[in-house]
Amino acid sequence: MNLGIGLPSKVAEFLPADFPVCLHTENGLTGLGPAVPLEEADRNLIDAGGAYVGTVAGAAFFDSVTSFSLVRSGRLDLSILGAFEVAANGDLANWKIPGKFSPGPGGAIELAQKAKKVCIVTTHTDRHGNPKLLRQCTLPRTGTACVARVYTDLAVIDVTPAGFLLRERAEGRTVEEIRAATGAPLQVAKGPLPVF
Amino acid sequence: MPLPDKLEGLESAVARIPDGAVLLVGGFGVPGTPFTLLRELERQGQQQLTLIRNDANEPGTGIDRLLRSGQVRRLVTSHIGLNAHAIERMNEGSLDVEFCAQGILAERIRAGGAGIPAILTDVGLGTELAAGKTIVEVEGRPLVLEMALRADVALVHAATADPFGNLTYAATARNFNPPMAMAADRVVAETESLVALGDLSAENVETPGSFVDAVVLLSALTEDYGIVCR
Repeated sequence: MNLGIGLPSKVAEFLPADFPVCLHTENGLTGLGPAVPLEEADRNLIDAGGAYVGTVAGAAFFDSVTSFSLVRSGRLDLSILGAFEVAANGDLANWKIPGKFSPGPGGAIELAQKAKKVCIVTTHTDRHGNPKLLRQCTLPRTGTACVARVYTDLAVIDVTPAGFLLRERAEGRTVEEIRAATGAPLQVAKGPLPVF
Repeated sequence: MPLPDKLEGLESAVARIPDGAVLLVGGFGVPGTPFTLLRELERQGQQQLTLIRNDANEPGTGIDRLLRSGQVRRLVTSHIGLNAHAIERMNEGSLDVEFCAQGILAERIRAGGAGIPAILTDVGLGTELAAGKTIVEVEGRPLVLEMALRADVALVHAATADPFGNLTYAATARNFNPPMAMAADRVVAETESLVALGDLSAENVETPGSFVDAVVLLSALTEDYGIVCR
């Protein structure tokens, strides 16, 4: 499993200590461990976002060629990425806001295209309150029809052949509020909606 | 038959880089960045450089210093999100930036080092990164033709070297260094420690010295190499 820069990397903090999973980071490590405080940091040991990290027993270091051989050959079961925009068909945009903030794709193109499953962790709207879940991406795409599920501060939403499907809602949020913050039609899963 | 000795002083190793050179620069963030070679390049002031490097370091360090000194014309990279200065320079048009998917950047360099002129991949199809590139149909599948990358000079950072240029790396300081150390006409490796010929186990050599042209022993690890407090 690979956790992208920013919010997705926080997922590691919520994994139970005995949860069997191998975390990969693009800069050349499988068996990524938790972030470490600066006073315990190894200057040569970071994750792809530049945070100082540890390793778990059985970890391996390798170069960038090997790291992306692992990604492109389909060895990643799950990639969790951030997003500028997600479209109702699963298109993802997260590398370029022309003329403003264009960090570049990093490993995201290959992570989005080649992981067996791609999930997004993001705020439901941008800092101006505009929806990030849209009918179509307006920004340059990272991947096409690649996103399976989106986790936001308001909801858990699946990407289905029929578009966005609301699976869970945040405590205190109504379906109407979530719809209003979503820039595409939102279906609601049958039965009682789980609350998180 | 002793193996050749490639130890060279910092100044002379960097002085062989001409104006207009294309450079591969190792590192991913701080780990593996050849900060000392880059500082010397800044001091010597070669101009009109093209840099091929995963990222743009952080403001005020590594290759960002060369961006600020106006020595860089063009940057081939995958991610500059930790360097607002580089993004600003790109947006204002004073720095030509070519973005490349990170693994394809690595693979283009690997191809350059392996004597392969180009690779075919489906990575980036349907995105802006494939725009303007040759699309080749192979067995009914469209694939992007990505040209190999080779440079005039590669600047890499090793944990340990011997005088022949056999190299080892530390932890995530490998990153782009091993493929870059194979993909330039002249490969300059700075090293944190130097051991005698035979003291590196042949089993543990990661870059064979045959790829390396000059070994520069670091006299000290400056604060550039240290822990970054953000």
